[in-house]
Amino acid sequence: MSMSKIKLTINGKEIDAEVEPRKLLVHFLREDMGLTGTHVGCDTSNCGACTVLLNGKAVKSCTMLVVQADGREVTTIEGISSGDEMHPLQRAFIQKHGLQCGYCTSGMILTSFWLLSKNKNPTEEEIRKAISGNLCRCTGYQSIVESVKYGAQLLKEEQKGEQEIRVR
Amino acid sequence: MHPSSFEYFAPKRMEEAIDLLTKFGEEAKIMAGGQSLIPLLKLRMASFPYVIDISRIQGLDYIEEKGKFLEIGALTTLSEIEDSELIKERYRILREAAAQIADPLVRNRGTIGGNISHGDPSNDMPAVIMALDGKLEITGKQGKRVVEASSFITDSFTTLLQEGEILSKIMVPVFDGSSGGCYIKQKKNAGDFSVAAIAVHLSIDKEEKVRRAGIGLTSVGPRPLRAEKGERFLEGKRINDSVASEAANIIVSESDPTSDFYGSADYKKKVLNKIAVEAINTSYERAMVR
Repeated sequence: MSMSKIKLTINGKEIDAEVEPRKLLVHFLREDMGLTGTHVGCDTSNCGACTVLLNGKAVKSCTMLVVQADGREVTTIEGISSGDEMHPLQRAFIQKHGLQCGYCTSGMILTSFWLLSKNKNPTEEEIRKAISGNLCRCTGYQSIVESVKYGAQLLKEEQKGEQEIRVR
Repeated sequence: MHPSSFEYFAPKRMEEAIDLLTKFGEEAKIMAGGQSLIPLLKLRMASFPYVIDISRIQGLDYIEEKGKFLEIGALTTLSEIEDSELIKERYRILREAAAQIADPLVRNRGTIGGNISHGDPSNDMPAVIMALDGKLEITGKQGKRVVEASSFITDSFTTLLQEGEILSKIMVPVFDGSSGGCYIKQKKNAGDFSVAAIAVHLSIDKEEKVRRAGIGLTSVGPRPLRAEKGERFLEGKRINDSVASEAANIIVSESDPTSDFYGSADYKKKVLNKIAVEAINTSYERAMVR
């Protein structure tokens, strides 16, 4: 069996690894890297529980080989907080009850993270379209949409705050 | 679920990819974004000893107007098509179709070249490119050749691509003045394949008669179909309710759906009839507005 040597960045850290080419990114993250915040849901590219960011774009890590991430940057749910400080989207999901069982949450948050990176003020329709590849079987989506809206607001306030500090 | 083992190559140059494909022949499979291939490999519905990942080949990711054609590099992702300002302004039907494929996360990886060359009769891009009279550039050992998009997919999951050949470019004619089109996809669930889908593109003359009609069908035959009789019927006519409804009947007669998980053949024909009327009317309205 031939192995492939890869070098990729995961949550800001450079990783060198030797992997079987058939290994899926989600299994590499969970089993080799111990990053179990990325979930395996349907394992058929439907549910989005395995969503991670690849060079900043939300993708399904169950439908990607880890060798395809060679030379690229992967961000998982573990990588969006700064230390113990949660990301505004994470705080928003807690405050607006954007989860019940939590299985879909890391995927929902990463897809929303990607959405907000290209659109700071998404409309409700834009939010619903963006998360159309992430399934939630508990909430009926209403509170998730509210969470993303609130997260967008928190993020803007935070960025504004940072700018003010810089100006001072 | 894990794919069965394979050897993996990620060439950075086209020549290198073609050499590998030629060397391994039928034992090799091309992968671009992998959004169709990886699920097949995982379900073990397919397995290949060699996977050639072409996604690292430089210069196949672009959207630009060049002379008489809009040219799209085969590795352009469906998201890039959806987000392109040029496409939004001038090729609405392409954006409309791209935005209805699977879901945004799949579209971040899936490429237009893959969507076409997979040869899946349920993939959406072939019917659209066919309705637009698009052409496809294929690169192989002997150089490049250009084929009509309408002849590219010859049967389910079967294309004109020969050993050692790669689909490299999608070319869509630049339509002048009064033309408009739309893509209507009837599906059961968000992100699903369609029960039936139709691409219609119409150009009209000064008298508001159809000068040129292009019609492509998805999911209603062994391959994406071109409804040529429907096209001929519309040409030279002004669209009204009875013309649209008669055209829809002709289009349905050109379809060849089978009964499956998505519905009976009869049901698919009924759905096609309804969306055909809608697509003809919408395209005509859009051509008039221009």
